[in-house]
Amino acid sequence: MDTAKIDQIINKHNADAGSLIQILLDIQSENNWLPKEALTRISETLDVPMSRIRHITTFYKTFSLVPKGRHEIHVCTGTACHVRGAENVLEAVETATGVKAGETDPDLNYSVETVGCIGCCALGPVVVVDGEYHGNIAPAQIADILQDKK
Amino acid sequence: MPRINSCAELEVLRKDILSQRDPDKPCITLCSGSACHATGSGKVAAAIEQEITTQGVASEVTFRRTGCHGFCEQGPIVVIYPEGTCYLKVKPEDIAEIITQTIKEQKIVERLLYVDPNTGEKATVEADIPFYKNQERLVLGPNRKIDPKSLDDFLAVGGYQALSKALFEMTPEQVVGEVKNAKLRGRGGAGFPSGLKWEFARNAPGDKKYVVVNCDEGDPGAYMDRSLMEGNPYSVIEGLMIGAYAIGANEGYFYVRQEYPLAVQNLEIAIKKAEEHGLLGQNILGSGFDFTVKVHRGAGAFICGEETALLKSLEGMPGEPNSRPPFPAIKGLWGKPTNINNVETWSNIPLIINQGAEAFSAIGTEGSKGTKIFSLVGKVNNTGLVEVAMGVTLRDIIYKIGGGVPGGKKFKAVQTGGPSGGCIPEDHLDIKVDFDELTQAGAMMGSGGMIVMDEDTCLVDLARYFLGFLSDESCGKCNPCREGIRQMLKILTDITNGLGKEGDIELLLELAETTKGTSLCALGKTAPNPVLSTLNHFKAEYEAHIKEQRCPALSCKKLIAFHIDPDKCKACGACVKKCAPQAIEGGKKRIHVIDQEKCTKCGSCLAACPKAFGAVRKISGEPLPSPIPEESRSIG
Repeated sequence: MDTAKIDQIINKHNADAGSLIQILLDIQSENNWLPKEALTRISETLDVPMSRIRHITTFYKTFSLVPKGRHEIHVCTGTACHVRGAENVLEAVETATGVKAGETDPDLNYSVETVGCIGCCALGPVVVVDGEYHGNIAPAQIADILQDKK
Repeated sequence: MPRINSCAELEVLRKDILSQRDPDKPCITLCSGSACHATGSGKVAAAIEQEITTQGVASEVTFRRTGCHGFCEQGPIVVIYPEGTCYLKVKPEDIAEIITQTIKEQKIVERLLYVDPNTGEKATVEADIPFYKNQERLVLGPNRKIDPKSLDDFLAVGGYQALSKALFEMTPEQVVGEVKNAKLRGRGGAGFPSGLKWEFARNAPGDKKYVVVNCDEGDPGAYMDRSLMEGNPYSVIEGLMIGAYAIGANEGYFYVRQEYPLAVQNLEIAIKKAEEHGLLGQNILGSGFDFTVKVHRGAGAFICGEETALLKSLEGMPGEPNSRPPFPAIKGLWGKPTNINNVETWSNIPLIINQGAEAFSAIGTEGSKGTKIFSLVGKVNNTGLVEVAMGVTLRDIIYKIGGGVPGGKKFKAVQTGGPSGGCIPEDHLDIKVDFDELTQAGAMMGSGGMIVMDEDTCLVDLARYFLGFLSDESCGKCNPCREGIRQMLKILTDITNGLGKEGDIELLLELAETTKGTSLCALGKTAPNPVLSTLNHFKAEYEAHIKEQRCPALSCKKLIAFHIDPDKCKACGACVKKCAPQAIEGGKKRIHVIDQEKCTKCGSCLAACPKAFGAVRKISGEPLPSPIPEESRSIG
């Protein structure tokens, strides 16, 4: 990630240490993960110790300190999805991709994550593939959904 | 954009907007909330815009993309005014017909109407659909009439009337008094009286004070705050401003989960437009009251729904809670007096100011006034957002509004209050839903998630599920919460895996008691509730797991097996095709047999087996019949 882009994001938030989380969120969404050089740059510009940045980036779920796969698969495991069989859906996703929840494969093809609830409870179980929502999913449909995501 | 400098100018603008709107002119509204978006409302919107041009009706019809209507299961939803004709599960290819028939000819497209699954009757307008008919939509109501991005729409439904009344006709003390008299209780979980909270913050010494909207809706299974934030952001802003005026704050924060991108987007648009019109900023409406707001996105931590953790997060720190007192009303954001309420609470404020405390408190029960929005989800026919007067029975919500349990299954329990709440069994369904009755029944109102479960849901597994969630989300600051939850989770996991031991139940109870009594914040204090309430009502289910290695709901994977009955199997191959791990041995005219070693117990075979055959069944707590020998597998 180039320094100019990082600085641009930092400046958007007036280089304010109180906006640390907002800056990290913007970098995460721009770059899909948080590379070390970005964290160092933030630490220097905002005058915030690296220990605090590490604390924050490991405390909040959104942040990733490793690169993510080209395809991001989020399986909702909220209560409504759980009682409608989300666990079986997750297993089907793990089998189809060969990637366990919370992990990314070495070729950076897929990242599989579980989410506490994405607020589409009426459609459960829900799987979000690259931002596209699939509702009322059965385990047998997973292979079809991932067909063109290779 | 013209700045609005006084309440007189506000009323002139409102009149102007209304005079340009012909109430008899057809208006197509399309629900564009997150759930409808997920079912394709974006494509439907494009089709509507296209068809309006193609069929040349641009001057005769208005098109509006609104917030969430609540009947999410049936989305995308299209409602055509002034008649209110309601079409469900609309697809892009339906639009041409809707325009030709309904807009041009005033005819109904029958196949898109709601059909009551019990009576087979069709309903043309929302008000005739049982899901809507039995609700009281005071807070959620405007969602379906307005475009959340349009300030004009908000003004057209009476927006900012309450703010102008508060600023010009009431003193801050009177506003606090009105909220106290309305007996509004916080909709975020604990149900603390909002007026009292406001009074504490107002009376707290200090020249700088803050107001905060808690939209860190983390309870899995609840999404009413999301819908309000996405569908009617101006009303939340209005409520917040009234609160700021009442306690003497000039700065406010919205704390919104970043998992809710549409909520953040619509809110930012609303703030920008309000600023352009002088409805945020200096000297609002010429009253001398200044107010600015900022949006802060949460980065994914359930604990940040707890107010002290939320404030830490707002300051750019990890969201770890502090012990209270001091309460945020005395020492909150940056150490200053701060008032935090959740989205739904703030949305009730304009209502209270507009209609008065007396009218507001006429609805509800003795201890809980007004309405509450629930997200009715899980094993129920009509899932979606439901707003009812406090005091309605659970049975009415689940059966009259929700239409009961689908697929002829038997109702087992309803879980309310999210991970901090509890399960309520069938024989308690007649309790009246309010803060106190739910707590008495061993559950809680929480933020309003209401998850219906049928006979297929294992409640030991549900307790394990919640504890797993909480163990993941515990911030780890205090010992009892971090370790207590982890130990309870370990025992529950063992039980659901068939490794339960004598004495596990007693140990669970002891751990629950300690965690409840000694944790620092509400997350830990309420974490044992899922265990306690399921043990209270469904102890036999725990015992079956521990003593007989049997899951009565046939749900715990380690305790069940799938079996194909050789007498019923017609060798149709349906299950073989659906079996992802290829665990079924099949073949033409050969009885299918499941290889138990390969089976992942996903249930696809059970779903695939034609109802007429019913050859696949789940087994628990009994020996598995040995597979039929190779030589006897041929049929016909």
